[in-house]
Amino acid sequence: MLTMATLVASITVFVLAIFLGFELISKVPPTLHTPLMSGANAISGITIVGALILSNAQFNSGDPGFASWLAFIALIMATINVVGGFMVTNKMLEMIAGKKRRGGN
Amino acid sequence: MVDPVIWDIGYLVSAAMFILGIKRLSSPRTAPQGNRLGAYGMLLAVLVTLVKMYTEGIIGYELIVGGLAIGSVIGYVMATRVEMTEMPELVALFNGFGGGASALVGLSEVLKRLQNSNIPEPGVELYATWVAIGLSGIVGWVTLTGSLMAMGKLRGGFYIPFTKKDDRGRRKWVNFPTWGPQWLNIVKGSILLACISLIVLTVQEPENYGYIYSLVILSCILGVLFVIPIGGADMPVVVSLLNSMSGIAAAFTGFVIGNNVLIIAGSMVGAAGLILTFIMCKAMNRTLIAVLFTSFGGGGRELVTRTKVGSDPEEVAMVCDGIAKCVIIPGYGMAVSQAQHAVKEFADLLEAQGVEVFYGIHPVAGRMPGHMNVLLAEASVPYEQLIEMDEINSELPETDVALVIGANDTINPVARTGEGPLGGMPIIDADKARVVVIIKRSLSVGYAGVDNNLFFEDKTMMLFGDGKKMMNELNGAIKEL
Repeated sequence: MLTMATLVASITVFVLAIFLGFELISKVPPTLHTPLMSGANAISGITIVGALILSNAQFNSGDPGFASWLAFIALIMATINVVGGFMVTNKMLEMIAGKKRRGGN
Repeated sequence: MVDPVIWDIGYLVSAAMFILGIKRLSSPRTAPQGNRLGAYGMLLAVLVTLVKMYTEGIIGYELIVGGLAIGSVIGYVMATRVEMTEMPELVALFNGFGGGASALVGLSEVLKRLQNSNIPEPGVELYATWVAIGLSGIVGWVTLTGSLMAMGKLRGGFYIPFTKKDDRGRRKWVNFPTWGPQWLNIVKGSILLACISLIVLTVQEPENYGYIYSLVILSCILGVLFVIPIGGADMPVVVSLLNSMSGIAAAFTGFVIGNNVLIIAGSMVGAAGLILTFIMCKAMNRTLIAVLFTSFGGGGRELVTRTKVGSDPEEVAMVCDGIAKCVIIPGYGMAVSQAQHAVKEFADLLEAQGVEVFYGIHPVAGRMPGHMNVLLAEASVPYEQLIEMDEINSELPETDVALVIGANDTINPVARTGEGPLGGMPIIDADKARVVVIIKRSLSVGYAGVDNNLFFEDKTMMLFGDGKKMMNELNGAIKEL
């Protein structure tokens, strides 16, 4: 049950996290702009949690219902976002790291 | 019975990992670690959710297991097969999926509640939940269709299948449209207002399916209209803004399902994306408002009437012989032609002759922030040689040869006059070098649609052709000297 108190608590978390986000990445070298965007994008795939919860549905004679199919599509999209996002970010960062190793000596 | 507080603690740990992950992603040394931390945080959040669902009773595994499996396979294949040049498009696509997933979760939740007649009494719960569903819907759908548009624009267009191939083995190419008369802004504004009114209406009449589906359709249209007037040169800004929006959509979804980890991670990404957006706008000396609402670039291309005789690689090789300092200025053309390895070879050849070589990186070169850095990193160019715009500009007056490969607007001296679409944009002062060599396919205008006088100056040598091909010919010519 959602009450006024829990709603205000959630909004507090929301506002504080926004300030946190602003402070977190105020200084980033341009090299890391693309990986950062891609990594942050993968983290926004956290909506996968919601998709999982709503995908919990029973097949009534082979059909879980339209709403559950939507959740299923959401789950696929969120998983692509998460898995692909972290992998692509890792791929980019490996290249930068490789370059740094060679450049350091 | 497990104490439900354990789930909240699990989510808290995962949120902390996201915070540390993003923090570490912003420094080169710790970035790979930061990315892994984010990935583990995500894994933890998924596991906590699955265990929680298990203890509370899973009524059907099919969709959960199927969705995770299909999504993982598709994500893995796409991430493995992507070329570095296609990276911006892929980030845009993933971003769209993230936004679309949030919107679908909201839609699924509201439909389920309507199905089970589980509509709260008018009060805080109804207002908060329905407003959150509406907002995650608007932001999510706009992110989805906007990102798909941005992906098409980053690609620049698409090949029509089954048409005749030309001599380079390519099919007929169609440019992605850029279209946006000023009145379109009024249309966009009205659609946004209509969407907000629909949220108010759904709160008053929660059972009305018509309102819900109208909201979905209008938001999708809004996303398309939002991106269609924006030229390709501004796409980095748009993708960054959409990235921010997909975070906000996830945060609103957090309100819908009452989950703090979504709210924290989502709003943090929202703020981070917005910061990046402003950094990029600043680099282009444009305001976000100007990028989003004044159509620019793409359309209205001027016809080039002047001509310039192209040079050949042998001439350029001779000019490069015996110089002391060379600055390489890459642009999107290097990315398209995959010329980064050839560029590195060129730099190695010069360095073997004792020439100082640097790379001048414009903050908005390419189609993504840091695009050039990533490409050159792939070709193992030392980090110390990549110099940012302000620093390289103080070096250019003492530079013998500035080699521009596939860049145009970012070196256009017209920007210094403060007039026209490029007016006031900081540029790399390639024209201050003693000799400017420009590798480009033609004399045509860049994304901003502005002629570049530098092409026609006497000290400029144009090498017309594909970036990689010309670089290889140039390298060959240097070796023969």
